[in-house]
Amino acid sequence: MIRIVNIGMNHETAPVELRECLAKDPDHADKALAMMREFSCIKEGFFLSTCNRVEALFTSEQAEEAKSSVVSLLCSLGEMPSETLGSSLFTYEDRDAVRHIFRVASSLDSMVIGEPQILGQIKEAYSNATKEKTTGVILNRLLHRAFHTAKRVRTETGISDAAVSVSYAAVELAKKIFYDFKGKKVLLIGAGEMAELAARHLLSQGVSAVTVANRTFQKAVEVAREFKGIPVSFEEIGAQLLEADIVISSTAAPGYVITHGQVKGSMKKRRNRPLFFIDIAVPRDVEPAVNDLENVYVYDIDDLKGIVQVNIGQRQEEAVKAERIVEEEVIRFERWLKTLEVVPTIVSLKEKAEAIRRAELKKSLSSLGELSAPQLESLETLTLSITEKILNDPILFLKQKADRPLGRTYLDTARRLFCLDRENGDEVEHGSEQDDRESEEKH
Amino acid sequence: MALLLYAFALILILLATAAFIVYLVRQQKSTYHWAYRLLLTGFAFLTLFVGYEYYALGVAPVLTLKSSLSFFAWTILLVYLLFHLKFRLMVLGSFVAPVAACLLILSSTLPTAEVTVKPIFRSLWLPVHIGTAFVGNGFFAVTFVAGIMYLIQESQIKKKRLGSLYARLPSLETLDSINHFALICGFTFMTAGMITGSIYAQYALGSYWRWDPKEVCSLLAWVFYAVLLHERLAVGWRGRRAALLSLFGFLVLVLAFAGANLWLSDYHSFKNMGGRPGG
Repeated sequence: MIRIVNIGMNHETAPVELRECLAKDPDHADKALAMMREFSCIKEGFFLSTCNRVEALFTSEQAEEAKSSVVSLLCSLGEMPSETLGSSLFTYEDRDAVRHIFRVASSLDSMVIGEPQILGQIKEAYSNATKEKTTGVILNRLLHRAFHTAKRVRTETGISDAAVSVSYAAVELAKKIFYDFKGKKVLLIGAGEMAELAARHLLSQGVSAVTVANRTFQKAVEVAREFKGIPVSFEEIGAQLLEADIVISSTAAPGYVITHGQVKGSMKKRRNRPLFFIDIAVPRDVEPAVNDLENVYVYDIDDLKGIVQVNIGQRQEEAVKAERIVEEEVIRFERWLKTLEVVPTIVSLKEKAEAIRRAELKKSLSSLGELSAPQLESLETLTLSITEKILNDPILFLKQKADRPLGRTYLDTARRLFCLDRENGDEVEHGSEQDDRESEEKH
Repeated sequence: MALLLYAFALILILLATAAFIVYLVRQQKSTYHWAYRLLLTGFAFLTLFVGYEYYALGVAPVLTLKSSLSFFAWTILLVYLLFHLKFRLMVLGSFVAPVAACLLILSSTLPTAEVTVKPIFRSLWLPVHIGTAFVGNGFFAVTFVAGIMYLIQESQIKKKRLGSLYARLPSLETLDSINHFALICGFTFMTAGMITGSIYAQYALGSYWRWDPKEVCSLLAWVFYAVLLHERLAVGWRGRRAALLSLFGFLVLVLAFAGANLWLSDYHSFKNMGGRPGG
C-alpha cells in the first residue's frame, strides 16, 4: 500500500546551527530532488527548505526503506553523521503527514503564527518539484489541497490580520487615524532600528516625505539619505511639528524632547490637523500629557507592545479555528486518497472483462463463418454492452464504498470474487499510475 | 397596492438592517453584498411607495406624521446611497440602515389617517420646500451617524483600548471627512429648504415669516450648523469637537421636526394639515 511520509526538521525540533547546515546552500533543494528521484523506493518527492525548516515529503510503497534513504540524504546534504541529525528530525506518516503539510502551508507551524511568507516558499518549492517532475498524482493533489487550505485559513480566520511587531502595530494605528498616507509627512527624531523600520513601512505604504532630525546633524544626513529624506537640526523640531503628520521619536535623551506646551502651540497653527506620535524611546521622548490634547495621539513603546501582546493572543485564538479547517481538509483529502485505492481494482476488473470478451468473440467468430461489416459491428456492440452492463453496478458500488470503513473489505472481496490477483500478480496493485522506474524494478 | 409596496419595502429594509449588523459582527464581504442588495431593493420599493402616494394624493405625501416619517427614511437612504457612491464605505450602512429601519417601524405603528387636502397644498412650492428640507435632514442624519462612529473610534484610540469595533470602524480621517461633506451638503439643502419655505409662505399665507415654533426651532438649528460650518472652514475645528456638535445639532433638528409638529406648532402641525396623527 502506498504511504505518504514527511521527514524534516523545524525551528522547534532543531537548533539553528543544524538548520543552517542544511539550508545554507540554495542549490540543496534541487540536489535533494535529484537524489530523491534516484531512490527506487520513492515514487513521488517534494523538498522544502527555508531558514526555519527543512522537509522532505514523499510517497512510497516501502516506507521503511524510503525513510532511511531520506535520512541518509539529509545527512549527506548537511555533511554530518546521522547520530547528530537523528534526534532533531520529525517523521509524520499518512494522515499526520497530510495534516502537517496543511498546517505548514497555513502558517500554523511557523515561528510567528500567521506569517505570510511560508505559503510563497512552499509554492516555489512545488514549482521546482514540478519542473524536476518528481511529483505525481498524489503529491500534486496534496499540495494543491495545501494551498487551498492555506487560502481558506487566511480568508476565513483572522490569523494574519493584526500586527505582531511593534513597528507594524504603529503603522496599523496610523492607518486608523489617517485615511491614506498620500501627502502625509513623517518626522523621524533620532535613530534606531525599530524607528527606522516603522518609517520604512510608512514609506512603502505611500507616505510622501520623511524628515530626519538628530542631535548631531551629520547623523541626520546619513539617516536621511536612506529614506531620500531631508535632514534637519534638532532646533528645527518645533517648526517641523507644523508640517509633520506622524512623528516617530527614538532618541537617547534623558528628558522630554517634545513637550505639552510646544505641541499645544503648534496645533492651532496646524488648524487642528491630527498629529500622531510614535514614541519608541526609553526613557520617553514625548511628554505623556501631550496625549490629552485634541486631535493628538501619543503611543509609547509600552502601549505598542501591549497591542502586539493582544494581537498575538488573538492570532492564537484564530489558530484554533484554523486547526478546525485543517482537520476538515485532511478528512477530505483522505476521502480522495481512498477513492484512489479503488482505481487499480476497477482498471483490472475492466481489463479482465475485456480480455474475456475478446477471447470469446474470437472463438465464436471462427465458427460463425463470413460476416458482413454491419454484422461484425453489431456483434462488437453486443458483447461490449453486455460486459459493461454487468460490471457497471459492482464498479459503482466500489466507488461509493471507497471512503467507508468497510471499503477495504469490499475491495478485497471484489478482487477475490473476480480472481483479479491470481492472473495479473502484483502489477495490478499499482494500477493506472504508470511509473517507469516502478516497472523496471518489478521485472 | 400602497400597503403592499410599503410592506415589501419595510421587510426588505429590516432584512438589510439585520444583514448589515451581521456584517458588522462577522466581517464577511458576501454578507455585505447581500445587505447592500437588499437595501437597494427595499429603497426601490420605498421609492415606488412614496411615488404612488404622491400620485394618489396629488401632493407631496408629508401631510401626516406617518407618511412624513417614511419620507424621511427615504431621504436618509437616498443620501446614504449617494455617499456610498462617493466614499464606498461599507460599514456606514451598518449604522445608517438601523436609523432608517427605526423610522419606518415608527411610521408603520401609527394608524392611517384620513387626509383632506387643502387647496394651499396644491402648489409646486410644497414638494420643493419639503424635498430640499428633508434631503437636508437626511444629510444631517449622516453627520449624526458619522459623528457617533467618530466618537466611538476616537475614544478607543485615545484611551488605547482597542476593542472589537476598532478594526471594524474606518479611520478617523475618513469619518471626519464624511462628517464635513455631509455638513456642507446638509447646510446647503437646509438653507434652500428655508428659502423656498418662506417664498411658499408668502405665496400661500401672505407673509415670509410667522414665528411658527417649527420655524424658530429650524432657525436655531440653522444658526447652529452655520456656526459649526464656519468654525470648521475658518478655524479648522475638526475631530471630536465637530463630531459632538453635529450630534447636538441633529438633536435640535429632531426636536424641531417631532416636537414642533406634534405639540407646539401652528400651521406646520400635522393636526392643522388635515391629517389626524394617531389621535
